Amino acid sequence: MSNEPLIFEHSRPGRVNRAQSAHLGGNLDGIPESLRRKQPPRLPEVSELDAVRHYTRLSQKNFSIDTHFYPLGSCTMKYNPRACNTLASLPGFLGQHPLSAERDSQGILACLWDLQEMLKEVTGMTAVSLTPMAGAQGEFAGVAMIRAYHDARGDNARTEILVPDAAHGTNPATATMCGYKVREIPTDTHGDIDIEALMAAVGPQTAGIMLTNPSTLGVFERRIHEIARIVHEAGGLLYYDGANLNAILGKVKPGDMDFDVIHMNLHKTFSTPHGGGGPGAGPVGVSERLQPFMPIPVVGRDDSGAFRWLDERDLPQTIGRLSAHMGNTGILLRAYIYALMLGREGMVRIADYATLNANYLMARLRDAGFDMALPERRATHEFILTLKHQAREPGVTAMDFAKRLLDYGFHAPTTYFPLIIPECLLIEPTETESKQTLDAFVEAMAAIQAEAEKDIETLKGAPYSLPVRRLDDVKAARKLDLRWQAEA
Amino acid sequence: MPFIPHTEDDTRAMLATCGVDSIEDLFDEIPPELRADALDGIPAGRDELAVSRLLHARAAENAQPLCFSGAGAYEHHIPAAVWEITTRGEYYSAYTPYQAEASQGTLQLLYEFQTMMAELTAMEVANASLYDGATALAEAVLMAVRANRKSKARRIFMPRTVHPRYRDVMQTIVRHQGITLELLDYNSAGGHIDPASLPAEPGDITALVIPQPNFFGVLEDADALTDWAHTHGALVIGVVNPTAMAVITPPGEWGVLDENRGADIVCGEGQPLGIPLASGGPYFGFMCCKQKIVRQMPGRIIGATVDLEGKRGYVLTLQAREQHIRRSKATSNICTNQGLMTTAATIYMTVMGPTGLERVARQCHANTRALVQRLGETDGVETLFDRPGFHERVLRLPRPAGEVLAELAERSILGGVDLAADYPELGHALLVCATETRSEADIDAYAKALAEVLG
Repeated sequence: MSNEPLIFEHSRPGRVNRAQSAHLGGNLDGIPESLRRKQPPRLPEVSELDAVRHYTRLSQKNFSIDTHFYPLGSCTMKYNPRACNTLASLPGFLGQHPLSAERDSQGILACLWDLQEMLKEVTGMTAVSLTPMAGAQGEFAGVAMIRAYHDARGDNARTEILVPDAAHGTNPATATMCGYKVREIPTDTHGDIDIEALMAAVGPQTAGIMLTNPSTLGVFERRIHEIARIVHEAGGLLYYDGANLNAILGKVKPGDMDFDVIHMNLHKTFSTPHGGGGPGAGPVGVSERLQPFMPIPVVGRDDSGAFRWLDERDLPQTIGRLSAHMGNTGILLRAYIYALMLGREGMVRIADYATLNANYLMARLRDAGFDMALPERRATHEFILTLKHQAREPGVTAMDFAKRLLDYGFHAPTTYFPLIIPECLLIEPTETESKQTLDAFVEAMAAIQAEAEKDIETLKGAPYSLPVRRLDDVKAARKLDLRWQAEA
Repeated sequence: MPFIPHTEDDTRAMLATCGVDSIEDLFDEIPPELRADALDGIPAGRDELAVSRLLHARAAENAQPLCFSGAGAYEHHIPAAVWEITTRGEYYSAYTPYQAEASQGTLQLLYEFQTMMAELTAMEVANASLYDGATALAEAVLMAVRANRKSKARRIFMPRTVHPRYRDVMQTIVRHQGITLELLDYNSAGGHIDPASLPAEPGDITALVIPQPNFFGVLEDADALTDWAHTHGALVIGVVNPTAMAVITPPGEWGVLDENRGADIVCGEGQPLGIPLASGGPYFGFMCCKQKIVRQMPGRIIGATVDLEGKRGYVLTLQAREQHIRRSKATSNICTNQGLMTTAATIYMTVMGPTGLERVARQCHANTRALVQRLGETDGVETLFDRPGFHERVLRLPRPAGEVLAELAERSILGGVDLAADYPELGHALLVCATETRSEADIDAYAKALAEVLG
């Protein structure tokens, strides 16, 4: 693929796209010279056609769900139904100012109310706040609520959050942002939390534990009730990281596993787009005891049945606001549309077929000679393959496999996560992929294994067929080049 | 089955490969007592046609009055090309660009975005976005605490002219980190922070926040404030409106003292750059800084590099700051940013160009002046604050603004934002705005409606 210059390199002084601004302008009366900009910003000066062609060409250098299979563990890259985008983009939704009167906003408020209700039902939690703008912000809200709960009881000695060693990096980072120390809990050889270690770690300093179930190892934490009992008896609360909710949607409700607070990644389980890295949405669900602390705003109803925003007047103990308005409303709307199309049966089927696809793919890859990290366990919606033998002999790594898969037209699985499994690929096919796609992936993996046995250099040099060959990350970090500069 | 492609034959064959009789068998590791009952509270599934009917009805229940509200969210014209391209599947459904070789489209676009934001603010570098303007300011405060190594006080001077909701969000996010936010009151005549009112001996301050324009639409004396902050060892955090940057002195040029010129960190709400109002989101926050503190900047940052053959390419860089590497020692827990929104903003800035963006800014300014003049003709309506402003203004009404807004709403006019709750000392104050999307006829309609309501 040919090199596409930077948009600045297409720029020509004086080229103006007049269709957008020919009739606009006006004087700057009232703004003194001392406050005015002297030199215009060097934004590109191109025609509309230049812009459309450039950004269309750039788009063609991307992998995406619409073009490629993404077996990306812990990320749930499923099909993003087009209807969700089309209907969320109706002018009646897009044109609404966030500070519109409630009586003029009943349409969007009704959608958000319905979504809150559906998420309550599917998670088994008492109440839901939709406002967090991403999973990490949902996590922040959750841990901040745990802290607010202890603080409200005058229980100020709780300074520690427990996090399994296999946890997502956001978990410990979030605990730190909420002013907690992080204590890691090891995982046993079967992929469950080491209960002995947990019992030794809990105490009057324990504010709570952050757990993902199924865990990031792709297995169900079987002793969850015991874990909940141990943490609750020590006075701590349980936080559920909803990254893996796709595996158990409608099968198990986090509320029934005794979690006190959960966040959901709607850009995973509810199929809102990843958009090349956001926007996401990370609603939080709470048990009764955390309800007073929910982030605002929340959608409520008044006596007449009309919808309205609940704020600090309704929830005086709230942890506060997380965004200037309601968070990523347009993403919530997409999740709502998706949930409406699925309905109650469709939600359970997600867990069914996500689990079937993962177990099928795991069985096929095992038959093709690959090693699983936890061979004695069922896969949930994802599983871990380890290339530690291949890394020793013939000397190819998870990174090499990942890069070579790109040449075969597959996005790489998640690599080197969880950190406790050497040379691992975390593979999550999701329910929206067909058997035929999974079979093609197995063939590609087998072909790459055969290449590795023949000549490892083939893998070391991959990828070959993409717009660029393997990129030099070290150089990028050492010799920072973060923007285009005009020639002097 | 919606969005599940399996035929019965497929399912049978797959179960056989797994060595089980039914899908149910695959859940045998889950303790039976945990299994959920049916999801009775969720409606039965509907097809796209039925859902489309419902959503059209819901969209129609949102009234769409003529909008004269701003307060951080502005109705601008968005060229059709912006979202036509942004919603191409290759952008819309792509993952975070960890696999750089398979993400060169998004990565090059973000590198261009970083360049454009740095140009717009006259700063050295920019990141690839944060969630929104409010969280960007909270992250900027946390960054300032990390970057200002000489200051031990973790003390931030925060003008009351910063958006009240931004200040709320900041409280939520920074309260557990031992940071003090000290409010600075504004000058009641100018509606700005009077540099002469700042203490001569402020002690150890970590940073001063400067909003430009401020929440009232008033332009702060950014030069004097910047010099004051730098003289006292504080970093300067600018919170700016990107549209205003086309015509107002950008934060990279604030201050007249040569040493340490310009804001140190700049953030703001990116919504004016091609993002629809959409009830408040998704928008995006942006952040720029001086190069020397870039390693303290949170969020994703794209860098240029070369591939094995020496060809130019782009990667996520400085990942060692981030949560997936540093875990509890990361600069922030931020994982995603607002990639799709920055895609739209990049295309918006490209399609508009420097000339288009400046014309939009000038038209907004002229329209707001015309609006304020027309509304001021009504008896009892006065304009507050005598300092220069940009594209937004505070009026004082003879009656509570809430009541007036409700009556305007009946005439299909969203007449501005009531300031009574956040600034009770201003009396019946109303914040109004007219962007380039408001015509003379629109302004006329508002003036007539207001005269009726107050008449």
